[in-house]
Amino acid sequence: MAVPSKRPRWSPFAALSHAALFVWALLVIIPLLWTFLASFKDNTEIFGDAWTLPGAIRWENWARAWETAHVGRYMLNSVLVVAVSTAGTMLLGSMAAYVLARYRFPGNRLIYYLFVSGMAFPVFLALVPLFFVVDQFGLLNTHTGLVLVYIAYSLPFTVFFLAAFFRTLPASVAEAAMMDGCSHTRTFFQIMLPMARPGLVSIAVFNVLGQWNQYLLPIVLLSGDREKWVITQGIADISTIAGYEADWPGLFAALSMAIFPMLVVYIVFQRQIQSGLTTGAVK
Amino acid sequence: MGRHRRPLFIVGFLIAPVTLYVVFVISPYLQAFQIALTNWRGISANPEYIGFENFARLVDDEVFWEAVRHHGVLLLALPLLTISIALVFAFLLNLGGGVRGGVMSGIWGSKFYRVVFFFPQVLAVAVVGVLFQAIYRPDDSGVLNGALIRLGLEPVGWLTEPSLAFWSILAVMVWQAVGFYVVLFSAGMAAIPGDVFEAAALDGAGRFRLFFSVTLPLLWDTLQVGWVYLGIAAFDGFALVQVLSVDRGGPENATTVLPLEIWKTAFSYTKFGYASAMGVALFFMTITFAALTLRVSRRERIEY
Repeated sequence: MAVPSKRPRWSPFAALSHAALFVWALLVIIPLLWTFLASFKDNTEIFGDAWTLPGAIRWENWARAWETAHVGRYMLNSVLVVAVSTAGTMLLGSMAAYVLARYRFPGNRLIYYLFVSGMAFPVFLALVPLFFVVDQFGLLNTHTGLVLVYIAYSLPFTVFFLAAFFRTLPASVAEAAMMDGCSHTRTFFQIMLPMARPGLVSIAVFNVLGQWNQYLLPIVLLSGDREKWVITQGIADISTIAGYEADWPGLFAALSMAIFPMLVVYIVFQRQIQSGLTTGAVK
Repeated sequence: MGRHRRPLFIVGFLIAPVTLYVVFVISPYLQAFQIALTNWRGISANPEYIGFENFARLVDDEVFWEAVRHHGVLLLALPLLTISIALVFAFLLNLGGGVRGGVMSGIWGSKFYRVVFFFPQVLAVAVVGVLFQAIYRPDDSGVLNGALIRLGLEPVGWLTEPSLAFWSILAVMVWQAVGFYVVLFSAGMAAIPGDVFEAAALDGAGRFRLFFSVTLPLLWDTLQVGWVYLGIAAFDGFALVQVLSVDRGGPENATTVLPLEIWKTAFSYTKFGYASAMGVALFFMTITFAALTLRVSRRERIEY
């Protein structure tokens, strides 16, 4: 006998469920929408009743945030740093993971566990010595320094995840390529990397988001040079210097600039981002 | 066939990542333990070894214990709140629609909710902190108090009231985390074969039975992962407290956390030895938590 399909009927359970979901959706959307609206207000409106609409659409707030508050500069710095450091993380991480996953040699396990153990340590423990190590290399307040540190701290998880991924790829393809006279290096770049694409995409998304949102490392390693600041640092700073006389509409415009591109990127790459971020949990 | 080039290839591929990692990660971690035993202050001063004096001072440091207490509360409240909310939502979104055409389905609009709930997760914690400064403002220009005043209620000092400030910040952490765990648990639920639910539904299990007696036990592994993640997050809190709280950890240290104290001690007061000692303490707390969770949460796995 076929199971009669339950028709979606009105019931207290359904009503309650919808209410709960709807309320949470509002809790998420209202703060974001409010910030967007506040970016068009002027100072008086911002210090007035929060639940009023802006009197006019003032795009000049956005222009001011971009130019005077240097949000454009910070954004560009973030793009630059994250582009280079994610590329570096992926290249170095996949190289190390590949060798550790597919080649047997003395010290293999040691190096692998050295990388993996990095996931268990809180970065705050390393903060003081890290500052001085970067200083000794003359890399304090430089993007190069920040990029190298981002790569180094992204390696544990990247290596851990990609090594597991490389282990699942069939050995026969690589062996066939080697038989045909392909060098180890070429086998890696032209055969194994393309095969590992799904894993690489997930972990790249994970690293891009993590490094873009990083706040601690920039404020420790870049604090001395405003020109080099990244977006998280810039936004947090605007909010601390913004007193009553300061440019509050500019702050909300800046905040909107930090929020909405991320939401657009997220909506476009939803699947990749959700799987990229939850990737570690699935193993 | 490049067989003799094998060692060269292995070294060539490992040299750059391992060097970078040892220089910027391993060596600072090791140095931290050493610095924790010194009285190093200021950039140019000569550090001396003072044994465990820093740790002895930590024991009497009220701010340190205040921060530790906050981690304790976070460790309980953050996973408990986040996981319960996320679990209920994940259940509604995946299975709340009941059996339709022989398959379990989510509630109406579940695709939309799934996208929206995840929004906060893609935002930087620092950005979220600035955002909630505006939400929590003490007068009617704040989103929350503006609403309260319109309803004829008294405004609340969300961040300025010492007994409330910590919970206001915790609420933001939950706000940001829920979407991630909804997705995580949804993935877990999707992995449970549909006929398990169908069989249970056929046997007359209602939604509550489906949730407590079928979904929860089968989701145990994923829940455990979520608990570990949130537990680790409970030992952080740096960016949010630094940006959102009044006076960075205030009022009167009511919201402070260890990472913030480490950062302040090192880079505002330039007490590098003492800051590193706090780092070591934080490290042992994290490790203890990880070890305990692994022991406690080990439970028989249900095969399906």
